[in-house]
Amino acid sequence: MSTATVPEPTVPGPATPGEDRLNLRGEILPRFVPPVVAAGSLVVALLIYLLTPMDSEIQIVLMAALIFVVAMTAISTRVEGRRRARDRFATTLVYGTFLLALIPLIAVLASVISKGAGRLDISFLTHSMNGIGARDSGGGIYHAIIGTVEQVLIASAIAVPFGLLVAIYLVEYGRGRISRTISFFVDVLTGLPSIIAGLFVLAFWILALGQGFSGFAGSLALVVLMIPTVVRSAEEMLKLVPNELREAGYALGVPKWRTILRVVVPTALPGIVTGVMLAVARVSGETAPVLLTVFGTNLINANPFSGEQSSLPLYIYSQAGQPQQFAIDRAWAAALVLIIIIMVLNLIARLFAGRNRLK
Amino acid sequence: MATRIEVTGLTAYYGKFKAVSDVNLTIEPKHVTAFIGPSGCGKSTVLRTLNRMHEVLPGARVEGSVLLDGEDLYGAGMDPVNVRRTVGMVFQRPNPFPTMSIYENVIAGLKLNGIRKKALLDERVEESLRGANLWDEVKDRLNRPGAGLSGGQQQRLCIARAIAVEPQVLLMDEPCSALDPISTLAIEDLINKLKSSFTIVIVTHNMQQASRVSDSTAFFSLEKTGDPGRLVEFDKTSKIFTNPTEKRTEDYVSGRFG
Repeated sequence: MSTATVPEPTVPGPATPGEDRLNLRGEILPRFVPPVVAAGSLVVALLIYLLTPMDSEIQIVLMAALIFVVAMTAISTRVEGRRRARDRFATTLVYGTFLLALIPLIAVLASVISKGAGRLDISFLTHSMNGIGARDSGGGIYHAIIGTVEQVLIASAIAVPFGLLVAIYLVEYGRGRISRTISFFVDVLTGLPSIIAGLFVLAFWILALGQGFSGFAGSLALVVLMIPTVVRSAEEMLKLVPNELREAGYALGVPKWRTILRVVVPTALPGIVTGVMLAVARVSGETAPVLLTVFGTNLINANPFSGEQSSLPLYIYSQAGQPQQFAIDRAWAAALVLIIIIMVLNLIARLFAGRNRLK
Repeated sequence: MATRIEVTGLTAYYGKFKAVSDVNLTIEPKHVTAFIGPSGCGKSTVLRTLNRMHEVLPGARVEGSVLLDGEDLYGAGMDPVNVRRTVGMVFQRPNPFPTMSIYENVIAGLKLNGIRKKALLDERVEESLRGANLWDEVKDRLNRPGAGLSGGQQQRLCIARAIAVEPQVLLMDEPCSALDPISTLAIEDLINKLKSSFTIVIVTHNMQQASRVSDSTAFFSLEKTGDPGRLVEFDKTSKIFTNPTEKRTEDYVSGRFG
């Protein structure tokens, strides 16, 4: 702006001797302006809402947001200049999208807690649905908790070592065509619809091999879904480990496999744990593959290797599908328990990974 | 007992690219030998061939021979892991293991190779840290993370870690280039001290450093970018810096390199 007043600025440089003050100052809006503009926008939006035929309260918020962005940008451009106006615009956008992204998360948590907490008590956690019909008020999810925990743990016990080994191969050993092929198929598998995993286990394990419905069959379907997620996240984390650490290991005369096991994997561990937990959380809520392989039951079956079991998603699915309020309440409470179980698993894993870090 | 290294006809490749060509030199036991030269001349590559770290990079290979007390490192039946236990290495950037404490870092080489006796490990930690002039600074916080030390301390920790496995030869790849002058001085003092027990080879960009710490100096250079680097001159450090045989060496050490 002020450089335009300097006569013929051939080279940008220090101010000419005539101007004895450097141009370091700039107009900045006082801190009270954004809240005032925000309140103003809300009032204007409210007026428009009342004066024109609109029928949704959400429109007030949307309109207020729009007015705020336009007004703030205009005021800021006028007072502070274009650079600051752009900065304010981008900041508003970032905060806005952040709030927008937070809405569904909070809404889901709030509705699950408000609708599920009332039904949740000790007897709900310690009883099965044995002999309870849809019209009855009692019953519980004991059998479904056992099923979910067993199925997810078995699936993790298979998928995590498997996925970790594949990731280690891809990052540390894989070269050329084989590794590219594996990478490609892992990518393909990542996008696999979960019901296909269920159908695959149903067709192969249950029908072709005649193994019957069981928690283990469900675990196998979950394994198919978990492996690509574990491989991808572990691979990314292992790639982040600086090569210098591997070289430091080799230079000490430590064999490659030992360097990987004792230096590379521990360095990447917190990230790997996060990835594994995401995979666990994902498969804990899978309904379709479990429906086809575990089948579901109202009875307690603690043996995952024989007979049908239940699981929380399956329980929610079957209860929510019934027209009685008792069943629907049970579904909400079960949803709350599922969320709590995933959170607890997450916390345990983080605690475990944290112990390996130095304070 | 420290070890003589004889390099004959050494040529190193990165894939199809020939990085250094036909290097011949003899590194004396319990001497400090410095490799100097412009960037890209292959001095680090040559250093990495001395403990078979060159081949860690995909596509990298070596021709020629490196004799360690008469045994060819690149001969049939040589195990690179055992070679590296004998020829230790310190890198340009300090790289302590981030998940390990100071104590664990020092004994990493021993522990990762299966030595578990607590008394022996304790003894070796103190010995190595004293050897690396770091003991007094860290003896009260051996269980703190190694990554929490200053850059110079981290580099001395890496030296302690390298000497804890009791190698014969210590390779140093620009060990001071990431450090301030005080830490550099500490490392140089340390090199002078370590010389009595190890054969030391150091790559450096700093010619004052080469003249201060080394007994012999090898000057590497290359004709132009894309050409392989070559050994131009190898002699006593005093001769290289005062009265070099080659014109190119003189241009380089006197700062007239073009």
